[in-house]
Amino acid sequence: MADAKDIHVDIMRSELGRARGMGAAKSGVGHWWGQRVSALALAPLTLWFIYSVLSLGSASHEAVLAWASGPLTLVLLLTLAGMTFYHMQLGLQTVIEDYVHDEGKRLLALLLVKGAAILLAVTAIVSILKIGL
Amino acid sequence: MKDVREALMVSRNTDGKLVRRPLSPHLQIYKPQITTAMSILHRITGVALAAGSLLMVCWLVSAATSPEAYYSVRDFTVSWLGRLLMFGWTVALLYHLCNGLRHLAWDAGFGFEKDTYKSTGLAVLAVTAVGTILIWLVVLLGGAS
Repeated sequence: MADAKDIHVDIMRSELGRARGMGAAKSGVGHWWGQRVSALALAPLTLWFIYSVLSLGSASHEAVLAWASGPLTLVLLLTLAGMTFYHMQLGLQTVIEDYVHDEGKRLLALLLVKGAAILLAVTAIVSILKIGL
Repeated sequence: MKDVREALMVSRNTDGKLVRRPLSPHLQIYKPQITTAMSILHRITGVALAAGSLLMVCWLVSAATSPEAYYSVRDFTVSWLGRLLMFGWTVALLYHLCNGLRHLAWDAGFGFEKDTYKSTGLAVLAVTAVGTILIWLVVLLGGAS
């Protein structure tokens, strides 16, 4: 550990900048809140989904269509799909940012994960609408 | 010192002198504990669930495509490989859900006492195990297969 006389800080970042903690991306705690709020929404939605899948069992195709066309089911399924992929890409982003240290590889991994999450979410939503409407 | 991350590790001691704040030792120094094991397990199950979401999308797409597509996905889910994946998915989902609630409680400022985080950790493991068993009893005995 260095002696006190060796320590000299000459960066330009202000104390206000540090306190606000927004960083270069200017997004602050948005990611943190997004992950918590989507987690809160997913807890009951997931329990409902497990219950639904268990009730459906190995249902026939017609039974699944009938189930999904209920307005409440449709709303819950769409919300579940949206929240799932939103929460998923936030979580995977954290994992990538923690373990992929190379700037270029990290950007590539993030773009791939975010792109895949959007594609999966849209695919799920289109399928749900097609089944339910 | 030009790096802001290094500068953030500089603070003043009680005499008002600038000091480098100590860094906590790295992972290998610690012996495994329930807290650290459950923390990394939360991450692993999260990544596993992301992979599992592909199966959920397959199921939705097949139901939206045709009865034949739906039945081929359904046949896969009742095959031994499908069952294995679904079982793993159940464990990962219940663990991530229960431990996620534990994390939310921490975020709200509760449950940091040493005894509390140990007992809530064990509770998460217990609920995951019991929940998985109950769900699979329903699947295998409840005519759902």
